[in-house]
Amino acid sequence: MALKMVKGSIDRMFDKNLQDLVRGIRNHKEDEAKYISQCIDEIKQELKQDNIAVKSNAVCKLTYLQMLGYDISWAAFNIIEVMSASKFTFKRIGYLAASQCFHEGTDVIMLTTNQIRKDLSSPNQYDTGVALTGLSCFVTPDLARDLANDIMTLMSHTKPYIRKKAVLIMYKVFLKYPESLRPAFPRLKEKLEDPDPGVQSAAVNVICELARRNPKNYLSLAPLFFKLMTSSTNNWVLIKIIKLFGALTPLEPRLGKKLIEPLTNLIHSTSAMSLLYECVNTVIAVLISLSSGMPNHSASIQLCVQKLRILIEDSDQNLKYLGLLAMSKILKTHPKSVQSHKDLILQCLDDKDESIRLRALDLLYGMVSKKNLMEIVKKLMIHVDKAEGTTYRDELLTKIIDICSQSNYQYITNFEWYISILVELTRLEGTRHGHLIAAQMLDVAIRVKAIRKFAVSQMAMLLDNAHLIASNTQRNGICEVLYAAAWICGEFSEHLEEANQTLEAMLRPKVTTLPGHIQAVYVQNMVKLYASILQQKEQAGEKEAAQEITQLMIERLPQFVQSADLEVQERASCILQLIKYIQKLQIKEVPVAEEVIALFAGELNPVAPKAQKKVPVPEGLDLDAWINEPPSDSESEDEKPKTIFHDEEQRHSRHRQPEIDEEELARRREARKQEQANNPFYIKSSPSPQKRYQDTPGVEHIPVVQIDLSVPLKVPGMPMSDQYVKLEEERRHKQKLEKDKKKKKQKKEKRGKHHRHNSLHTESEEDITPAHHVDIITEEMPENALPSDEDDKDPNDPYKALDIDLDKPLADSEKLPVQRHRNAETLKSPDSEAPPVEKSKKPKKKEKKHREKERDKGKKKEKEKKVVEEKEEKKGEDLDFWLSTDPPPVSTTQPQSGPEVSAAVVAEPEEVKKEEREEQQEEDEGKKSSKHKKKKHKKEKEEKSKDKKKSKKKHHSEEEATESVQNGTLDDEPLPPMSSYRLLAENPYIKMTYDIQGNLQNDSQVTVSVIFENKSTSFLKSMELNVLDSLNTKMLRPEGSSVHDGIPVPFQLPPGISNEAQFVFTLQSIVMAQKLKGTLSFIVKNDEGSTHEKLDFKLHFSCASYLITTPCYSDAFAKLLESGDLHMSSIKVDGISISFQHLLAKICFHHHFSVVERVDSCASMYSRSIQGHHVCLLVKKGENSVSIDGKCSDSTLLSNLLDEMKETLSKC
Amino acid sequence: MIKAILIFNNHGKPRLSKFYQRYSEDTQQQIIRETFHLVSKRDENVCNFLEGGLLIGGSDNKLIYRHYATLYFVFCVDSSESELGILDLIQVFVETLDKCFENVCELDLIFHVDKVHNILAEMVMGGMVLETNMNEIVTQIDAQNKLEKSEAGLAGAPARAVSAVKNMNLPEIPRNINIGDISIKVPNLPTFK
Repeated sequence: MALKMVKGSIDRMFDKNLQDLVRGIRNHKEDEAKYISQCIDEIKQELKQDNIAVKSNAVCKLTYLQMLGYDISWAAFNIIEVMSASKFTFKRIGYLAASQCFHEGTDVIMLTTNQIRKDLSSPNQYDTGVALTGLSCFVTPDLARDLANDIMTLMSHTKPYIRKKAVLIMYKVFLKYPESLRPAFPRLKEKLEDPDPGVQSAAVNVICELARRNPKNYLSLAPLFFKLMTSSTNNWVLIKIIKLFGALTPLEPRLGKKLIEPLTNLIHSTSAMSLLYECVNTVIAVLISLSSGMPNHSASIQLCVQKLRILIEDSDQNLKYLGLLAMSKILKTHPKSVQSHKDLILQCLDDKDESIRLRALDLLYGMVSKKNLMEIVKKLMIHVDKAEGTTYRDELLTKIIDICSQSNYQYITNFEWYISILVELTRLEGTRHGHLIAAQMLDVAIRVKAIRKFAVSQMAMLLDNAHLIASNTQRNGICEVLYAAAWICGEFSEHLEEANQTLEAMLRPKVTTLPGHIQAVYVQNMVKLYASILQQKEQAGEKEAAQEITQLMIERLPQFVQSADLEVQERASCILQLIKYIQKLQIKEVPVAEEVIALFAGELNPVAPKAQKKVPVPEGLDLDAWINEPPSDSESEDEKPKTIFHDEEQRHSRHRQPEIDEEELARRREARKQEQANNPFYIKSSPSPQKRYQDTPGVEHIPVVQIDLSVPLKVPGMPMSDQYVKLEEERRHKQKLEKDKKKKKQKKEKRGKHHRHNSLHTESEEDITPAHHVDIITEEMPENALPSDEDDKDPNDPYKALDIDLDKPLADSEKLPVQRHRNAETLKSPDSEAPPVEKSKKPKKKEKKHREKERDKGKKKEKEKKVVEEKEEKKGEDLDFWLSTDPPPVSTTQPQSGPEVSAAVVAEPEEVKKEEREEQQEEDEGKKSSKHKKKKHKKEKEEKSKDKKKSKKKHHSEEEATESVQNGTLDDEPLPPMSSYRLLAENPYIKMTYDIQGNLQNDSQVTVSVIFENKSTSFLKSMELNVLDSLNTKMLRPEGSSVHDGIPVPFQLPPGISNEAQFVFTLQSIVMAQKLKGTLSFIVKNDEGSTHEKLDFKLHFSCASYLITTPCYSDAFAKLLESGDLHMSSIKVDGISISFQHLLAKICFHHHFSVVERVDSCASMYSRSIQGHHVCLLVKKGENSVSIDGKCSDSTLLSNLLDEMKETLSKC
Repeated sequence: MIKAILIFNNHGKPRLSKFYQRYSEDTQQQIIRETFHLVSKRDENVCNFLEGGLLIGGSDNKLIYRHYATLYFVFCVDSSESELGILDLIQVFVETLDKCFENVCELDLIFHVDKVHNILAEMVMGGMVLETNMNEIVTQIDAQNKLEKSEAGLAGAPARAVSAVKNMNLPEIPRNINIGDISIKVPNLPTFK
C-alpha cells in the first residue's frame, strides 16, 4: 500500500503540470489544436486515477484550456471531486475551475451544496474564503436558498477576512433568491458600521448595488450613509456612497439640500480626482433634482462647471473624457452654464480621440442657438467628410439631425439651408441612417409649408440623380432617401417646375433595382405626378402632350407590373389599368384631368407616431368582448392577420418624431399660437390673424423675406449648404442695418411689439429673424388623447425581484431556510437519534408545522400588524425629521444647528442601537454556526443528543431574534449602545458572557446562551459546564445522566476564538430572581502540554429574563387594566438625565417590554412572562426623575421587576 | 459591478479571462477578440475608456483598460463603478502582481495563470470590489501560499525537485518567447488611496 503510494507520487512527478502544458502549447504553434486534444486525452486519463493530487493537477490544466476557449463542462464532476479535497491546495484549484465553468445549467452543481456548506463552516478561514469566492461565481437559486443562512452566519464571523467576503456574496444571493433580502438586511445594514474598513466597504458596496436598482427602498438609510460620508476617509467607500446619493436625490429633494454643503466641501478639499469627479457628479444630480427649489445653487453650478472645465482642459485624456461626460448632465438642466464653455467643447471635437469626440458631440446638442446652428453644423459637416470610421460618421450624422430637429426645429432659421444639409448628407456612402434622413425630409416638407417649393425642387434633383445614390444600393441604406424624395415630389407635385422630367426620372428602368418598398412609393407617386401634369396640359389645351404622357406611362409601367415585390406589382397593375382607361377617354377627347386629380385630393397631415395608441376607448365599449362568439379552434388564425396588419403599419410610419405627450403638445400649441399672434411676420390663412396683421401699422412689419433662389440648383452635383451660411450672414447683416435704422425711427415707439416670441433666447438671438416664416404644423393627435407614459418598465428586469420594502419588520414566516433538526419534546438518549440523512429532509416539515402554529396565533399577528404600521409611520417621520434642517417644534435635548450636527446626533445613536440589537441576533446566529462546527468535531463522540437539544434551542433563539428586531425597531429614536450579554465569569484563559431568554413554547423553561471567549494563546478543549441545581431551578441534562454530571460544551476553542453554546433550564416559580452556582472545567492545551483548569461562576436569573417581549395594542391594554385583577406597585427614581426615548429603549431592551402607547413624556408598556403573567407599566418622566407604576397579576413578580428596573435606571 | 476582467497581450492572446456573467466558451472567445480589436487600435495617449463592445454589454457598460508593456488589462464595468476608481484598481492589481511575482512580466502570467486568478480573487469577488488595499491582499496571498506549502510538506518535495529539474532542463524556454521578458513597468501614478 505504502509502496503504491510512493509509486503513485513518483508517477505523478512526470505528469504534465500546468507549466508543462503551457510550454508544450507554445512549442506546438503549428498544430496547437492537435496538441491540445492530445493533452485533453491525457487529462482524461489522469482524472480517472484515485490520487487527488493527480486529479487536481488535471483540473488545473483544464482551467487553463478553458481560457483558451475549450469547453470543459464534461469534467464538472471531477471538478467537484477536487473541490471536496481536504487540502486547501487542491480545494482552491477545484473552486477556481468551478468558478470558471459552472453555471446555472450545470446539472451536477446541486451535488456541491453540502460540500460548500462544509467548507463554509471550516475552521480554516481560507477554506471558507475560497468557497465563498467560488460560490460568488456560480451561485444558483437553489444554492442561494440552501446556503443563505450559512452565509448570513458568516457575516458575523470573527475574522474580517471572512466577514467581508460573506457580506459581498450576499448580493449574489439576493439576486438569485430575493426572499433572503429581508431577513438578511438588518445584519447587512449593521455591517455598514463594522470596525473593519474592508467589511464596511463591502457592505456599502452591496447596499449601493441594491439601491441603484430600487433606490426608493433605501431612502431610510440616507442618515446612516450621510454619517458614513462625513466620517469615512476611505475613498472607495466615499465614492460608492456619493454615487448612491446621486441615485437617491431624485427621490427626495430635501436630501439633496442637505448634501450640497458636505459635497462642496469635499470638492474643495479632496486631492483624489476620482472622488472629486464623483462629488461633482452627485452635486449635479442634486441640482437637477432641485432644479428650481433652491435660490442659491447657481454658485454650486458654477463650481461644478468650473471644476469640470479644469478636467476638460487637463492633458490627461481620461479626465477630459469624464469632464465632458459630466458636462452633458449639467447641460440638461442648466444649458446656459455650459454654453459659456462652447469654445472648449468645439475644441474637443477636433480631438484625436474618438471617445472624446463622441462626448463632445453629445454636448453640442445643447450648445446650439439660432445664431450658431449653421456654424456648428458646418463644422460637423467638415468632420463628416473627414471621418474615417463609419461608426463615428453615422454618429455625426445622427447628431446633426438631432441638433437641427430638436424641440420642433426651434433653432432653424432657414429651412432651405436645412434641406440642403440633408441633401448633402445623402452623399454619405455606407451609412445606416438613410431612413433617418428620409424621415427628416418628409417631416420638414410636410410640416413646413413655406419650404415645400424648395424641397420639391431639391427632391426632384435627387430623383434625377438617383443613379448616384443608388449606385451601390442594396448594400447601403442611403437609398431610403429616394423614398422620401419620390413621395415629396408626388404629393406636392403642384410645386414642381419640370414635372415631365421628374416623371421620366422615376420611370427609368434602373428604378426596378431599388428595394421593393421604395419602388412601391415610386409607383404611387408617379400617378400623382401624372395627374398634375395631365391637369396642366389640359388646362393649357395641349391635348397632344397629355396623350404623350399617358402613352409614356403605359409604356413604362409594365416593368413594375413584373416586379417580384407584391406591393409594387399590385399597385403597378392597378394603376396601369387606370391609365389605360384614361387613355381610352383621352382618345374620345373627354377631359379627365379633374377626375384624375380628384383621386389625390385633400392634404395629408402629419400624425404623431403615438396617435393611434392615444385614442381613448369610448365609454361603454368593451374591446375584449366578442362581437361574435368565435369557434374555439380558430383562435390562432384570428390572431395572424392582426400581426401582419400591425407590421405593415409600422413599416409605413414615416415620421420618426420624438414622442410628445398630449399635455406637452397642448402647451406647445398654445405657445405657438401665442408666438404666431405676436409675430408680425406671420401670415396666417385664417382671417383673424390676418386682420391683426393689417391692423398693425409700421414699416417694420414688412417681411424681410429674401427667398434667394439664385442658389445654383442646376449644378449636377448637389447644392452647397455653405452658400446658405454666407447668405445668412449677409441677410443678418442687412437685417441688422435695417434694424438699426428702424431703431432710430422707433425710439419713441414701444419696443415690446418688436419682441419675438422666444423669451428663452438672449437679446442678440431675438434679433435674428428667420428667413422663412414658417408654420410648423403639429402632428395630429386624436381628440381627448390620453396623456400616458409610454416608457413601461422592462418586465424582465432581474432586479425587479429585489424591489422589496426593507423597512417593514420581519414577519415570522420570513426566515431563511435552515437545516433544522427535529425539535425534540424531551431529550432522548443518543441511540434514538435519527440517521443524519433524514435531517436534511426534516426542515420542510418543520417549517410547515411552524407555520401552522403561527396561523393559530392569528390574533397575535394582527397585533403585530398594527405595530408594524405604527412603526412604519414613525420611520417616515424619522427620515423627515432628519431631512428637515429646521429645528423641530418639540424641543429636544440636542441642538439642531447644521445639517452635519443633526445628522450626527440623530443618526449615530440610532445606528448604534441597531447594531447592538443586531449583535444580539447575530450571536443567536452564531449558535447555528457553532453547531456546524460542533457537529464536525463530535461526530464520533456520540454527543448527538446535544445536537438535538441545540437545534431546539436554536429554533427558539431564532424566534427571539426576529422578535427582538420587531420590538427594537418599535421606536426608532436615537439610542445609546446596549448589549444584553452580561459577564458571567472570567479568568486569564476564558471569558464567559451570558444572556437569558424565556422560552415561548414552554412555560417552565429558559435558555441561557453563553459566549465562551478564548483569551489565551492556548487551545481550549473538553469544556464542561456544570451547575448546582436548586429546588426551583434545574439544568436540563440528557436523559440518563445524573444531576452531578456536567454538560459538555459542544465545541473547542482555538486561541482568540469565541463561540456560543446554549443551555436549557427548567424552573417552577418565576416570581423571584434566582442565583445558581456553577463551574466550567476545561483542558488548556499548548506547546508545553495540557492542564486542567476550572472556573467558578454564578448564574443570575433576573425576573426580567422570564419576560418575553410581547406586543400589545392599546385596546387590549386598556381592557387588561380595567379588569382589576392586577396588583399594583410603583417606584420613583431621581437623577435621570437621559432622554425619554433612551429610557424607554432601555426598558424595552433590558427588561423585555414593548411600548404600547407613548404620549409626550409618558408611556405605557407591556410584557408577559413565560408563565403568562401580564405586566403593565406606566412610565412618566418628570424634570429629573422617572416614576414607574406597575400592574401585574403577581405582586411578588412585580415588585422584583420594579426593583430590577430601579437598578437599571439608577445606572443611567 | 464588474462584468468581466480580461488580460491579453499585444497580439490578442488571452492571459487571463474572468467573466462574472455566464457566457459560453465560444462567446467568451468572441468577446476577447472583439475587446482586443477595440482596444488595440487605440493610440497610446487617448483616454482609457471605451463605450462597450457589442457582445458584452449594452449601453450601460464601459470598457476601462490600461496598457502595460506587452499586456492589456481590461475591465468591463457598468455605470455603478467609478471610472477613475477602476483605473486605480487596475493599477493596484498590477502593483500587487508585481509584488507577488517580484517584477512581474508576461511570462509570469503565462505560466502561473492560476496564481493570477488567486490574486484577483482577493481583489474582486463575483464582480464586486473586495479589497483595494495592496498590503492586505499581499498578506492574504502570502498566508495562503504558506498554507499551501505546509500542506505539500514532505510529499511535495519530490515534485518540487522535479519541477526544478524540468526548469533546469529547459533554459531555452525564455528564448522561445520573443516578447515575454519585458517586465511590466508600473509607473508611479498619483495613487488613489
